[in-house]
Amino acid sequence: MKFIDEYRDKAGAERYARALAEITTRPWTIMEVCGGQTHAIVKFGIDQLLPPQITLVHGPGCPVCVTPLELIDKAIHIAGQPGVIFCSFGDMLRVPGSKSDLLSVKAAGGDVRIVYSPMDAVKIARDNPDKSVVFFAVGFETTAPANAMSVFQAAREKLTNFSILVSHVLVPPAMEAILGSSGNCVQGFLAAGHVCTVMGYTEYDPIAAKYRVPIVVTGFEPLDILQGVYLCVKQLEEGRHCVENQYTRAVQREGNLGAQDLIRRVFRVIPRKWRGVGEIPQSGFGLTPEYAGFDAEQRFGITDYTAEESGECISGQILQGHKKPRDCPAFGTRCTPEHPFGATMVSTEGACAAYYRYRRD
Amino acid sequence: MCLAVPGKILTITESPIDDPFGRTGRVSFGGIVKEVCLAYTPEAQVGNFVIVHVGFALNTVDELEAHRVFEYLRQMDELAELETSPP
Repeated sequence: MKFIDEYRDKAGAERYARALAEITTRPWTIMEVCGGQTHAIVKFGIDQLLPPQITLVHGPGCPVCVTPLELIDKAIHIAGQPGVIFCSFGDMLRVPGSKSDLLSVKAAGGDVRIVYSPMDAVKIARDNPDKSVVFFAVGFETTAPANAMSVFQAAREKLTNFSILVSHVLVPPAMEAILGSSGNCVQGFLAAGHVCTVMGYTEYDPIAAKYRVPIVVTGFEPLDILQGVYLCVKQLEEGRHCVENQYTRAVQREGNLGAQDLIRRVFRVIPRKWRGVGEIPQSGFGLTPEYAGFDAEQRFGITDYTAEESGECISGQILQGHKKPRDCPAFGTRCTPEHPFGATMVSTEGACAAYYRYRRD
Repeated sequence: MCLAVPGKILTITESPIDDPFGRTGRVSFGGIVKEVCLAYTPEAQVGNFVIVHVGFALNTVDELEAHRVFEYLRQMDELAELETSPP
């Protein structure tokens, strides 16, 4: 496919790897933020092409992985109610809650439907006026324009049987939380390309300056990632720390202003709990007062429910770059994609699932 | 989850009068055609490639910028040749 295949060119990848080896004089640790990048790095063996001094650690950019336990429990509660059609992206169905998962609710007769787009859930609400249709609105900034549009259009059409269970998280506050943590080892970032397609990358300037880290907005194909690593290492070797854009074919500095406008109409910034990490201030979206009537938590009276995570899963340390999947004693034995302890083993973009699939030897 | 895929716009249906965000298009992803919301890409035209995520075009692919990764490689090669060639 155009704009995909040419960025998987083997000779180009080897050339970038050679160039990296030429400029690398010291050990550097770089975090790729986005789970899509983690998946590509492990799938294509990009980390194995790099000079041994460069370590890639995998970041928190998998919304399936960081959706907090209590929101999974809330989703399971709502999906089990009579008269409800619960709509979700497919990879949320096997994420373990405290006692169950959405797939089990479906197996027990609950009307749980996998949708491709939040607008599919709006259509289901339109077609089923006697049912309460709830969409599980997870995602980073990339997904916010779509989820905001679903609420905006449902309001415009006065679809009072539609609501969303919001679990939206934001990338820059998570990067700051990682950089500000006591055990931080991250010296440079590959920022998530599609998040920046929506939001632009001006938010990263103060982070790069405050923590003196290079941040390179990076795409998802092997050549993109290798060029992103190259630009990041070049800055580190030269003692610079600024924001650069590798993914220029899809990202402009100011982002998509029309999408940002609708996001701001529908969502406001709030604190969010991240699974395995804990609460991060100003790190998520909730509905604005104007659209609060579409909040499924309020509609089903479950805003106050909380849940504690079990201590066995180390996904929180993996998501912050402190550990790798193989550091976990349960990896690949007691914890597998079929029987996951934590969400990093569920989502295809979770670091544990990627290692399980491509690196079990 | 933030997977977004480039596809080529085949046809466009402009917004109906009562729906400011109703611009849609049929977009081909290597032959698989899907209807995509083009509300956030008012500039996109038939024949353009757009980056699509969960049914929404997030941006039009900048075809000039798309060569930059390869251009950078070429420049590195030229630089390396200059450094290794005899004076």
